[in-house]
Amino acid sequence: MSEISNAMIDIFGSEATYINVALFAGFLAFAATGEWIAERAGTLNISVEGMLLGGSFSAVLGYHFSGSIFIGMLAGICGGVFVAGIQANMSHRLTADQFVVGLTLNILVFGITGFLDNQLSPDATLASYWHVPVLSDLPLIGSAAFSQRWPFYFLYLLLPVSWWLVFRTRWGLEVRSVGENPRSADVSGVDVNKRRREAIYFAGFCCGLGGAFFLFGHIGRFEATIVGGRGFIAIAAVIFGGWTLRGTLGGCVLFAAALSFRLSIQGVGYELNSELLQALPFIVTIAAMAFFAHRVRSPSALAQPFVRGLR
Amino acid sequence: MRIVAPAWTRLGEWLVLYAVSVAAALVVSALLVEATGGSWSAVLVALWDGSFRLPGRWGETLTTAAPLLVVALGTMLSSKAGLINIGQEGQLYVGAAFGTYFGFLIGGVGGIGAVNIILILFFGAVGGAFWAGIAALLRFWRGVPEVLSTLLLVTVASQAVSYGLRREWLLLAPEHSRGNRNQVSEQLAADSRLPRLELFGNELPLSVLFAFALAVVVAFVLSNTIWGFRLRLLVSNPKVAHRWGVAESRYGALALLLSGAFAGLAGALMLTGGGFAFGNYQLVLGFANNVGWTGLLVALVAYEKPLAAIFVSIVFAALRTGSNFVGATGVEHRITDVIAGLLVLALLIPAAVMFWRDRQLAGAANSSQR
Repeated sequence: MSEISNAMIDIFGSEATYINVALFAGFLAFAATGEWIAERAGTLNISVEGMLLGGSFSAVLGYHFSGSIFIGMLAGICGGVFVAGIQANMSHRLTADQFVVGLTLNILVFGITGFLDNQLSPDATLASYWHVPVLSDLPLIGSAAFSQRWPFYFLYLLLPVSWWLVFRTRWGLEVRSVGENPRSADVSGVDVNKRRREAIYFAGFCCGLGGAFFLFGHIGRFEATIVGGRGFIAIAAVIFGGWTLRGTLGGCVLFAAALSFRLSIQGVGYELNSELLQALPFIVTIAAMAFFAHRVRSPSALAQPFVRGLR
Repeated sequence: MRIVAPAWTRLGEWLVLYAVSVAAALVVSALLVEATGGSWSAVLVALWDGSFRLPGRWGETLTTAAPLLVVALGTMLSSKAGLINIGQEGQLYVGAAFGTYFGFLIGGVGGIGAVNIILILFFGAVGGAFWAGIAALLRFWRGVPEVLSTLLLVTVASQAVSYGLRREWLLLAPEHSRGNRNQVSEQLAADSRLPRLELFGNELPLSVLFAFALAVVVAFVLSNTIWGFRLRLLVSNPKVAHRWGVAESRYGALALLLSGAFAGLAGALMLTGGGFAFGNYQLVLGFANNVGWTGLLVALVAYEKPLAAIFVSIVFAALRTGSNFVGATGVEHRITDVIAGLLVLALLIPAAVMFWRDRQLAGAANSSQR
């Protein structure tokens, strides 16, 4: 027992742990913020995985052909929004089932990126570090939060902006209303499916940014497994957080701790069964949902399609 | 004003829509291949050669189609009840592991071959049902959406089986029989394998016939029995279902368990009848090899019609077996994944477009009456 507690103390006392957690939490938070808005509008958008992968791959292509990380980031956003465009128009213009579309998109994007990656083998690089002067000297979490590669800092812009969009604009009010009661929203003159499409585009934007961030901010080259199921963990974070932004971020940090545990435990020199370490983030996610999923209230019209006069 | 066009015009519209969408999917894949310096016609020829034309290949394609079909049938059961099980990949893998461990390593004490095979298939189904059961339990007891839990369990499954494949007391074969490979199980004894039929130089394991028969059974159960009716009632009218005593928790959980059992059964069929297409009668790392995902796609494309799934599963199996031959043309073989994905997306479009157009027509008729 004392060995375990020593290990935990070592892990939580090491600055590297917090840096790893921040990296994964950032990645999850980009995706989860977008997913949060899409779900507030009533879409359980499982193509997050595909959007992240599409964003990541477009980013590597953008960098490959231009040599600029900034253009790579922009290309990443375009990739994410492109995948979102298919999801949005198939599910909220043509009324195809949103899960079917999302699942197909995940598989399709995985196939296309894997295929093109092998044919083109684009190369990428890591972005440079930016240290925020005073804040990065804080103990333990200082360098985790304020001394990262520069794509990370988009998160500090994205979070307040999305909060403001959802809770302080007319658009946000309409987005929330189509997620809660689409028929009433429709009667009040809100174009339900249009708002839902827009929310999905926003999710694509965030995921594109997130995919590009993970590429330039952590991995440094493209590989087909770069997302590797973490998009689904981002969805779980939204549910875990009870469809609030604060809770979602909490979920991101918790699941990021589980995701980065493998790196952290190696960092302080302990060994654990590798299969357990690989599966741990997923087990933690399932367990966390089992404890918290029934305590929160989901948007009433989550995952229900809206067709005027029919449903 | 006429709201709905005559039947034959509608049929024509359906056909045109399907033709256009499939053609669009193929054109996009062709563009991808040509844009990256490959030859599309060479890819098509390789696909055709690898899936049907060359000797022995259509047997291989049908062998591959069998587990895809079984997975798809299970998926239909759960989606008829309005539950979205998308973790077949994991359920199949766990099923194969259960089949190997309980059906062969522990249960298989020699004796009659048929008993051994049935044991393996039975425990395969049990394993799949167990894995889906976790998701069902979480869904109906703790309110965790099954979309997510089934998905997350896929990764857990692959790690759990990988753990078993490292331990000799679980699945790993003893050192003398595993050679230089490091994570394989003992190969099934000859009497634990499904018999193979010889037809025109093609080998067909019994799993193919079994899968086809299962499709007919599922089609019958869903459309002609009270149980199937209750299952459909859960989606089409939950209120009536509730009043009628069809408990969502009971029927839904049962449907989810069954769909997991089908996936596990598919894993056991791959193990006992797969031959070289799947792991050569032994459990290996990555044994599921996307069969679960592809089977799910088959179910989506077949629109919950078990008999249509027979045809669709053969098409997807052909893409799989053909992809082995695509590599020789210099084009990355994963192009077949792209083709499959685009095809599925394309096949979603006609129904959606028709629905949307009918709504527009109805709306127009409505406003002209006023």
